[in-house]
Amino acid sequence: MSTSASQAQHTIQVSLVGEDALLFEFSPITLSEVPLQTQQRIWQLYAWLDPQRSSLGLIEIVPGMGNLLLRATQKTLLNSLQDLVLSHWPQLSDAVTLGRTIEIPVHYGGADGPDIAFVAEQCEMDIPAVIEAHSQRCYHVYCLGFQPGFAYLGDLDKRLELPRRETPRLSIAPGSVAIAGSQTAVYPSASPGGWHIIGYTEIPLFNPSQSPATLLQIGDSVRFVPVGGVT
Amino acid sequence: MIEVLRAGPLTTVQDLGRFGLRHLGISQAGALDPIALRQANIILGNDQNAAALEIGVGPLYLRFSSPCRIVLTGVDFAGSISNGTDTASVQRVLPGFPVNVAAGSTLSLQRPALAGAKATLAFDGGIDVPIVLGSRSTDLNNRFGGLHGRSLQAGDYIELADPGTVIPHQEVLVRSFAPSHVLRALPGPDYDLFDDATHQQFWLQPWGISHQSNRMGMRLKGKQLQLRQPVNLLSSGVLPGDVQVPHDGLPIVLANDAQTIGGYPRIASVIQADRWQLAHMSPNTSVYFQPVSHAIAVQAKQQQNHYFERLRATLDGLNAN
Repeated sequence: MSTSASQAQHTIQVSLVGEDALLFEFSPITLSEVPLQTQQRIWQLYAWLDPQRSSLGLIEIVPGMGNLLLRATQKTLLNSLQDLVLSHWPQLSDAVTLGRTIEIPVHYGGADGPDIAFVAEQCEMDIPAVIEAHSQRCYHVYCLGFQPGFAYLGDLDKRLELPRRETPRLSIAPGSVAIAGSQTAVYPSASPGGWHIIGYTEIPLFNPSQSPATLLQIGDSVRFVPVGGVT
Repeated sequence: MIEVLRAGPLTTVQDLGRFGLRHLGISQAGALDPIALRQANIILGNDQNAAALEIGVGPLYLRFSSPCRIVLTGVDFAGSISNGTDTASVQRVLPGFPVNVAAGSTLSLQRPALAGAKATLAFDGGIDVPIVLGSRSTDLNNRFGGLHGRSLQAGDYIELADPGTVIPHQEVLVRSFAPSHVLRALPGPDYDLFDDATHQQFWLQPWGISHQSNRMGMRLKGKQLQLRQPVNLLSSGVLPGDVQVPHDGLPIVLANDAQTIGGYPRIASVIQADRWQLAHMSPNTSVYFQPVSHAIAVQAKQQQNHYFERLRATLDGLNAN
């Protein structure tokens, strides 16, 4: 099953994944990148479906970048689910802001931000300008994944956009603040990774014994606040 | 209470897994072989989701301070129970055959009959570890759930939940399923990014199992799959069973601990009824993918559920007599 529809300035591609999941891919008709407005509609879709998990028989509702994956129970009729989502999409409005604004203090540079000089050099900026460019924006949690509580934050200042490291690091420390492409993120747990590490935060992003378990939620706004001296 | 005297790598507490949290980046975890776990729990009269040990490598030595009924399912693990120094009292532990362990006894599980295959060891009442984010399963990557979020070690103690009031029938043997090495699969959302010749190549070639396979995914070896043209996909939610094709062209079948979001083309998804086989795919063996219809996939899952209903009804009947 793979169908396309054109609704609310978007082409919507629906694919079956395995026996019980549907992937909705929302492509804006006029732009090639994922604009924030498309993602805001996806957050609204999430917020609308989440309270209906049991009545609709939804096991997972996973927003991605410009897409949404729904995994249903075996009894759920996927065709009905597809119709429901497609009929709700045009009712969503642009530019609705969900979520809270969360400030994350960051120690930029030094041993815990080892790539900041490289980033400055590649971007032809000095280090204070990199810090300013990174910390003066308001970011949005486009989606979470990769690790528990790992939020894909966009959009980065265009001047800081760099491809990933050629050789990924084998281990990145929890709390590392990193950038890659048009995104920035904080690593909640130790992990290998290819992003450029420019700083460090002490704020925990994932605690399985708390509810909610992750500091950041879909649709939240995030600001990075520089603390301490730059080393 | 059970004392861990020795535990090889990848001995973890698992139930059927953690659901409903993928939007936070939280993986499913849970038993790689849910068939073996459900069989074991039904044999003991436990809830099918009760937590048990998944044993990957061995050896495992456990000392029981109080009597307990146990069952091993999945692959044979050269297991035996000894009571004190009396070597004549050594009792073999066979898959699917529950045994009563006396207080003071030691259980030893040596190695899987086939390297890389998994066994499940379940206990009357199930393992009592805290429920974290809706499950007792161990998330090894992120170090939570299970027993201290890690593989068992010597010196650990395992607590059991109170067994139910049902006194199970003593003499039963429930056969383990033998993996067929044929994984039935449905075309994935990115199937059309590959041409017809590549589709044939995917379905027809035997895929070797790489040593790098783990609870996150089964990595395959063979002739690389080429996309029609290079693509840059936006990251989207992925699920266990999805077959991703990364840049090197060698597919990865995502398993229980796989991350929740991915950006590689998905050529197929292994049907749920066949996913338990991922627990038994040894390195240096091979596997085939077989295309099936959505209806067949749904039917296979229903048949599997019917099997468990019949198994429970049969054992309940034995217990009633």
